[in-house]
Amino acid sequence: MAGRQEFYWRRLHSLLGVIPVGLFLTQHLVVNNFATRGEESFNSAAHFMELLPFRYFLEIFIIFLPLLFHAIYGLYIAFTAKNNIGQYGYFRNWMFMLQRVSGVITLIFVAWHVWETRIAAAFGAAVNFQMMEAILSSPFMLWFYLIGVISTTFHFANGLWSFFVSWGITVTPRSQVISTYISIGVFIALSIVGVSAILAFV
Amino acid sequence: MSEKKTVRFIISRQDTPDSAPYQEEFELDYRPNMNVISALMEIRRNPVNAKGEATTPIAWDMNCLEEVCGACSMVINGRPRQSCSALIDQLEQPVRLEPMRTFPIVRDLQVDRSRMFDSLKRVKAWIPIDGTYDLGPGPRMPEKKRQWAYELSKCMTCGVCLEACPNVNSKSNFIGPQSLSQVRLFNAHPTGELNKGERLETIMGDGGLANCGNSQNCVQSCPKGIPLTTSIAALNRDTTFQSFKNFFGSDQV
Repeated sequence: MAGRQEFYWRRLHSLLGVIPVGLFLTQHLVVNNFATRGEESFNSAAHFMELLPFRYFLEIFIIFLPLLFHAIYGLYIAFTAKNNIGQYGYFRNWMFMLQRVSGVITLIFVAWHVWETRIAAAFGAAVNFQMMEAILSSPFMLWFYLIGVISTTFHFANGLWSFFVSWGITVTPRSQVISTYISIGVFIALSIVGVSAILAFV
Repeated sequence: MSEKKTVRFIISRQDTPDSAPYQEEFELDYRPNMNVISALMEIRRNPVNAKGEATTPIAWDMNCLEEVCGACSMVINGRPRQSCSALIDQLEQPVRLEPMRTFPIVRDLQVDRSRMFDSLKRVKAWIPIDGTYDLGPGPRMPEKKRQWAYELSKCMTCGVCLEACPNVNSKSNFIGPQSLSQVRLFNAHPTGELNKGERLETIMGDGGLANCGNSQNCVQSCPKGIPLTTSIAALNRDTTFQSFKNFFGSDQV
């Protein structure tokens, strides 16, 4: 059984990207979307999430640990590739490159975002509508958030496509094409949910 | 035609496996139906470069000259392919020839493709039929399946898929699509299937199947049109089941 770790680490990386990290992402963007219904709606939704029972347990095991593993192992994967879209400009090769680029952008964005909100909250800041309004009042941060969210939704949607291949669910070229369309749909839908929430703070 | 038509070549050369590569230009008289190999043979016959200086003949590998052996693969105008089937009439000039740098370079355009043959040994890409006594005839293979398997058996170990793959490089130990597809071929054979689990276990090892990043350059580049990414996805499914069997237990070993 020597040298079997890599297979399981890769499969774990693929699984965690969807369950729970992808599911958490979807839930997070949907809850944020309360902002489009006004300040009070958002604050009560954020407050509800804050008061969930077993909050720290949920945060650690559903968000932080899976995300940390996915990020660190993902960086290793990203930097062992030698991208070659110059010579091989095929659609899937572009997606391969963008998956790695969006992963790194997402990691930078998420690290900053966690620092600015969750860690700030641990030091006593109140996470509410005003906080996000203040952050997004700077045009630089607005663009940073827009790019960060779109890169995250892309990474998740395209990662979902690879998840189906990596686990042997979509085998035939036809099923992989259809799953490409589905992943494009997921990307557009989640981007609308995420971006409209950001713009609600502006 | 008043002027003589010529063909220009820019060839990447390297004298020893460790020396620095350099480029040398050649200009040859055009002949109808020339291909890259006939041009290289012409240079070998008269090794003079475009500046008119005498030089050494270019080293390259070749064997069958009909795109079934895989030996003459090289990077022609940026794309890995077989030089025997690369017709000058269909190539943009100057024709740029480079070795497939994914493999160790022996000299000039000649590379050492041993790693692929080692991979085939690692995954046991054969049907074990030897015994201490006559094992009798094996089970029959349905004709439809034979035709399907024939497509996978067209692999000539040319190395183009490894050259095109962004995950096969000096930073990674990925064995590449070539040998993975052979695992699917031999696992599909009624007798080869007896070692199915063993082959799957091997490609679940380090540098194996899981290193595929789905860029799908391999299937786009394969000169034989082998459905390499379908093979990889099918093996992904097989190894998913295999890992479940390993962990949760199964009577079907």
